[in-house]
Amino acid sequence: MWSAIGADWGRQPRILRSSQALGALLLQFYAAPASAKAPLSFLSGAGPRNVSTLTWGVLIISVLVVIITTAILLFATFARRERPPSSTSKERQLVSRAGNPVSVIYAGLILSTVVLFGVTIWTMMTLADIAAPPSKPSITVEVTGHQWWWEVRYLSDDPSQIFTTANEIHIPVGEPVAIKLRSADVIHSFWVPALSGKTDTIPGQTNTTWILADRAGTYRGQCTEYCGLQHAHMGFELVAMPKEKFESWRKDQLRSASEKSLASPGQRAFMQKCAVCHTVRGTRAGGRVGPDLTHLMTRSTIAAGTLPNRIGYLSGWIADPQHVKPGSKMPRLDINGQDLAQVRSYLETLN
Amino acid sequence: MTEIEYDRVPDVAEGGPGSELATRLRRFWEGRPGLYGWLATVDHKTLGIRYIVTAFAFLALGGIEALIMRIQLAQPNEHVLSPEQYNQLFTMHGITMILWYALPILTGFSVYLQPLLLGCRDMALPRLNAFTYWVFLFSGIFLYASFLIGAAPDAGWFNYVPLASIEHDSGPNIDFYALANIFLGISTTLGGINFIVTILRFRAPGMSINRLPIMSWGTLTISVASVLSIPAVSVAFFLLWMDRHFGTHFFDPATGGQPLLWQHLFWLWGHPWVYIIVLPALSMVSQALPVCCRRPLVGYSLVALATVLTMVLGFGVWLHHMFATGLPTMALAFFSAVSIIIAIPSAVSLFAWLATIWTGRPDFSTSFDFFAGFIIVFVIGGVSGFMTASVPVDWQLTDTYFVVAHIHYVLIGWNLFAVLGALYHWFPKMSGRMLNETLGKISFWFVFVGFNVGFFPMHITGLLGMPRRVYTYSADMGWGTLNLISSIGAFVLAIGLLITLVNVIRSLRVGVLAGPNPWDADTLEWATSSPPPPYNFAVIPTVASRSPLWEARLGEARSSTPERGFALDHGKETLGTTMLDAVPDVIVKMPEDSLAPLLLSLALAALFTTMMVEAWFWLIASVVAILVITMAWLWPRRSLGEIEGSTT
Repeated sequence: MWSAIGADWGRQPRILRSSQALGALLLQFYAAPASAKAPLSFLSGAGPRNVSTLTWGVLIISVLVVIITTAILLFATFARRERPPSSTSKERQLVSRAGNPVSVIYAGLILSTVVLFGVTIWTMMTLADIAAPPSKPSITVEVTGHQWWWEVRYLSDDPSQIFTTANEIHIPVGEPVAIKLRSADVIHSFWVPALSGKTDTIPGQTNTTWILADRAGTYRGQCTEYCGLQHAHMGFELVAMPKEKFESWRKDQLRSASEKSLASPGQRAFMQKCAVCHTVRGTRAGGRVGPDLTHLMTRSTIAAGTLPNRIGYLSGWIADPQHVKPGSKMPRLDINGQDLAQVRSYLETLN
Repeated sequence: MTEIEYDRVPDVAEGGPGSELATRLRRFWEGRPGLYGWLATVDHKTLGIRYIVTAFAFLALGGIEALIMRIQLAQPNEHVLSPEQYNQLFTMHGITMILWYALPILTGFSVYLQPLLLGCRDMALPRLNAFTYWVFLFSGIFLYASFLIGAAPDAGWFNYVPLASIEHDSGPNIDFYALANIFLGISTTLGGINFIVTILRFRAPGMSINRLPIMSWGTLTISVASVLSIPAVSVAFFLLWMDRHFGTHFFDPATGGQPLLWQHLFWLWGHPWVYIIVLPALSMVSQALPVCCRRPLVGYSLVALATVLTMVLGFGVWLHHMFATGLPTMALAFFSAVSIIIAIPSAVSLFAWLATIWTGRPDFSTSFDFFAGFIIVFVIGGVSGFMTASVPVDWQLTDTYFVVAHIHYVLIGWNLFAVLGALYHWFPKMSGRMLNETLGKISFWFVFVGFNVGFFPMHITGLLGMPRRVYTYSADMGWGTLNLISSIGAFVLAIGLLITLVNVIRSLRVGVLAGPNPWDADTLEWATSSPPPPYNFAVIPTVASRSPLWEARLGEARSSTPERGFALDHGKETLGTTMLDAVPDVIVKMPEDSLAPLLLSLALAALFTTMMVEAWFWLIASVVAILVITMAWLWPRRSLGEIEGSTT
């Protein structure tokens, strides 16, 4: 990358060269690993609401301002300088006839005003661009923040098409999706950095935003308004998938839990220990306190993005949620090894 | 209260140290020795130093809290702290630094310096000055008492409801913050009033408003802003206390209350507050940097106007803390535009400093180093603020570590760097001894490098998506290395501050004697001895320009007379002048030392404690005590001319 820049070095105006080099440097160090190693980075995006162009724009302006002013400061301090008089001498000489170069201030004032007004206009244009989706969204997802997980409800005019899941949002690629944001308790903030900035979920009001993914993929989301003990562990995943795949996912999610596991010992243990808080559609488990578990095994994480949804983690989580997420609303149940194994094998059927 | 007109025309005299006049004045002005004198003093110089020492103590507390957090965050998935401990620490760190360090340190410098800069003998309301100090101290102790019972505030310094409501935070944690905040607000508001009166009416004759030292412009501006903005936050916390203790529903959405009402009230104060805790620091730089550069400040009038304009605009940007709350696009556009444009007056100050250095001759003192370092971090903190002002970008940046980096560049960069430069500049005046320059330079480099190594990477951690206020993070987020670097930087910064502490302690004992004007500076505080006598000036100086001590060398036709002026030696007296032109107006009788300020603040502390524990009988008793002490304080005194008849 560096050599490629070096080859062009002689031909371009200096300011362009340095800003390009700067951009390349930043990109190389931060944006490149960002996509690979930092799932919450917003320096490169996959949708129009990510606004990475404007972000990079103001970032580069900012870096240039810092470099230029630092250069002026160093030049003003060290250039054209006679040896300073010793600081212990009683009567240190004043600068005589220095004048009062107020014109410097005016010049700086005009320059910064022009840049700032330019950015203001750019901001307003971007704001107008993303204020409304490019077309009317056909899908509306209601996302409710809870301490410390996300309830996800797919809305529809047809009640039979409504279903609820948790901590994982699926959307079709290339299509705007409306997000209605609510809160069950305190203020949270909904954020999928690669796709969209933040919108708060505030109790007593419904905020709306929209989201559009240009590319299929799994994008990480995170609560960003401090919401108490486990604010750190309130993540989720947003999966953008081709339209057909999305439709088949939606059909699967609409199903109730499979009948064949009914009345198994695992289900009995689940009803006894877990059903007060959790719902499994198609069974008597109808608790509303915790996430809907009807299709738990289709999700890739548990405990709101805290652990991968693998059998070992799942067992550990059920056995002692307070160890994984101290303060979590899921209590530590005194559950013996046999019950734990049964509950776990029941959960494995929820796909 | 203390201003009484007299028929007498005051004597004009010449007074120097050792003169008969000086001896007489010392008898009037010197406080009583011993414990009584220590508790009852109203001398602004003693109180200013107390403010500074106390504020630095809070800086140390907040700093220790920060270092513990940096250990927890140095690596992913650490278990040094529980989530509850972390949440209490980050909340107390924020509250301590923003409320109990950042303004009080500047108030300390102002309480010490303003009367000296203005050429008068004390603050306008000396007993009120003592009272505001005691209230500041006791409110801080009240806040920190929460640690003793393991229930420190834990909802963040902006304390959003409903997280801070009784339903979600049932312990006493939030009550400590709510009541301590209201308690401190009394100190800040009354302190602001005291500065306004002092700066507008106690200037030396001839110091018309366009000759006001630039530092006084900062203090005057933020004092007005404090008086106007603090009611919003006091009301907010009082309503919250009502919600929590009496079941009112101001903020409870279940019963028609409004969580966003909290945010509006809080930020209506909170954003002006950001400017309140930096503008006096900026104006200290504008005051002292020109001395280091051996010339007057370039663009005095523009800088003064920019200071006032920043504060005015600062009242119109509070919504930019709420860009993500689902506001209408039109409101977002307005507040975004103002938030970007508020950078223009800051640019004025920046270019004024640069021009001053460019056309001056820097003396490379430690003060100059801190001011030069300040300018670099000022710009970084400024441009990161400009980035968050752009709404669509802010939707990404807000509540990430980018904002953590920004606020630290503003609070440490704009406030602490300026304060350290000011400390090296004015310590000789306060103590009579110079700070060691070698230790000072070592301290500067530790502070400058440690600060930037600690906080610059946080910009990048934020761009990589790390939310603020998380007690831990997982390894696969890609934030581990950057956090480790930040933690190392934080400790380097702490070492730098410790070196300055050592320097101060050492210099108090063995520092080189300073003499009245070691920097050959231009303003009135340098016209009196170091440290100044209790009466500041033997005669009230007369001022003819902005740089009274440089006039001859600047080739000014007029000349100030620091050595000749009104004697005002019929008791504890100073001069009141008119608001704009500073024409001599009244002789002001100044109060003696008094225990009333201390007793009244103790009674207030008792009142807030009873509100805390719902001890209603004792609450009434405290109110009665407050009324009695206030009456005793305000009881008319012959010595203050509040009763007719001769006083001397």
